[in-house]
Amino acid sequence: MGRFSGFRITIGQVGKVVTTNYPEEKREKPTRFHGRHVLNRYEDGMEKCIGCELCAGVCPARCIYVRGADNPIDDPVSPGERFGFVYEINYLRCIHCDLCVEACPTEAITETKLFEFSFTNRADAIYTKDELLVDDAGRARRQPWELWHGGEDDETSAWMRATAPSGQAAFEGKVSWSGELGFGVRDAELGQTARERLEPEVDPADHRGRGHSHDHDMGHGDEAH
Amino acid sequence: MILGADPLFSDGIDTTVVLIVIVKTIVVFAILLVAVMFYVWFMRKVIADMQNRIGPQRAGPFGAFQTLADGIKLFFKEQSSPTSADPPVFKLAPYLAIIPAFLAFAIVPIGGQVTVAGHRTYLQLADPGIGVLWLLMMSGIGLYGVMLAGWSSGSKYPLLGSVRASAQLLSYEAALGLAIVGVLVHTGSLSTRTIVNQQAWEGAGSVFSQWYWLPAIGAFIIFLISAIAETNHPPFDLVEAEQELVGGFHTEYTGIRFAIFFLAEFMNVITMSAIAVTLFLGGPSGPALGFLSADSWVNVWVMPVFWFTLKVLVLLYATVWVRATLPRLRYDQLMALGWKYLIELAFLWAMISAVVVVGADQGWNRWITVPAAIVGAGVVLAVLWACIPRRGEPVEEIR
Repeated sequence: MGRFSGFRITIGQVGKVVTTNYPEEKREKPTRFHGRHVLNRYEDGMEKCIGCELCAGVCPARCIYVRGADNPIDDPVSPGERFGFVYEINYLRCIHCDLCVEACPTEAITETKLFEFSFTNRADAIYTKDELLVDDAGRARRQPWELWHGGEDDETSAWMRATAPSGQAAFEGKVSWSGELGFGVRDAELGQTARERLEPEVDPADHRGRGHSHDHDMGHGDEAH
Repeated sequence: MILGADPLFSDGIDTTVVLIVIVKTIVVFAILLVAVMFYVWFMRKVIADMQNRIGPQRAGPFGAFQTLADGIKLFFKEQSSPTSADPPVFKLAPYLAIIPAFLAFAIVPIGGQVTVAGHRTYLQLADPGIGVLWLLMMSGIGLYGVMLAGWSSGSKYPLLGSVRASAQLLSYEAALGLAIVGVLVHTGSLSTRTIVNQQAWEGAGSVFSQWYWLPAIGAFIIFLISAIAETNHPPFDLVEAEQELVGGFHTEYTGIRFAIFFLAEFMNVITMSAIAVTLFLGGPSGPALGFLSADSWVNVWVMPVFWFTLKVLVLLYATVWVRATLPRLRYDQLMALGWKYLIELAFLWAMISAVVVVGADQGWNRWITVPAAIVGAGVVLAVLWACIPRRGEPVEEIR
């Protein structure tokens, strides 16, 4: 058919729908989805943030503003010497790169899967500490302009759980952080290499299969030489 | 007489006859508006289907009222016009586009002959003697709407769009007219009612023996291609090529005036499909329900309209299919297709058909006339082909 083969392709698509009926129906989000942040607390309710400003320093969009202060001796906010006195994230600037999460020494800031927050003014766009901090049950606080769907606030630190704090593959699957309010110490998620080791046939068509054949070809080439 | 051979006027004109004509006019007007509304929805749904999407689904059941919602929105939008525009022409142009679009549909036979209040009449607004020429006249006038809209906008892109439109519509009107000639040599009449009556249903074989698509298959194909080009539908939508011309001739139009252009364009698609059905696919002819008597209202009123609608829908689906499949032509490709191929082929097809029809009428030996016609057509084609400049050949400049 040559130049008319396109007609068969278009008519062949009839009945195959790949889009979902958003917002009634939604796709499963990836495990390491970068949504809006939360500030976590320890099991005893203490805040994890120590006001070190590493997140603000690493932020490429300069959207985080942190000011630390000494903990009051009679009523400490965090277990350490200092705590995050002011913590603001400007979501008009945030690019959700997750560098703040990687930089945080205490896993105080992590990202949720929540992404539907269509604020209509600047004040709502800048999330303050009150809005970012998890509630007494360890859940993200729902803001009036946010659209929530069940379960999306559960996994607040997926990236952290998937890899070791150092980011080295040797530590994959090992948990090295303290418990979180409402969740305790959760199991580590499997990293990419660990998952492939355990379930090698997850997706036979993925790039890994092609990589193998490529290696195979290289081997043949060596033998020929 | 413009209203033609409708038996409605055989007994003179009285109040009832005038009333019937007025009612028919209003009904055709309403049908066309509603049809456009649903065609736009249908087109968006079918294209979405072919692009793995869902399509409009919010307004009304399955999103069927999406076009109505868009129309209401456009109706209440502000009208703006550029300071450099020519106001009277700028305001006139949309109406020059939509009125011919309405009028062109008047000659389409939607159903058969019915009896209303003792008067026999056709389910068609008018059956003028000039018949199919009316369509060409109206699409010629519709061209003025597009051309003047671009010209009066006082802006560059609309002007370019309207220049493209004039050239494209003129070129393809020639091919369209010649394709119509290719079927008119078979019908021997311009009247749409006569053409439809000649294609009346006489059993399942009528599809091949009565309908004109098979004897005029070349004209049919050329008609379909030129009709898509004539209505500025993709892949011939260079008039409003977004990437090059913003919106083309209607770039400066807003609100209801833009909506009128939009309506006119899709109305033309429906009219062209309806005319293709009339000329080539038997119009309202189709099997009646055998278990009912031939006089029952279902067989008189409903079934012809049903078959007509079904055929138009098939052609509209094909139009949308083409729209979803083919990328837009380059302008030189468009002109080459029109002038180098379609016009010649339609012309030669009309010539060969004429020889075949006259030969059959005079009782000539068809084993001599048909090859002779084909050889003659081949000679003409060769001469024409020799006149077309080859790529790289210097073209004499016209001063």
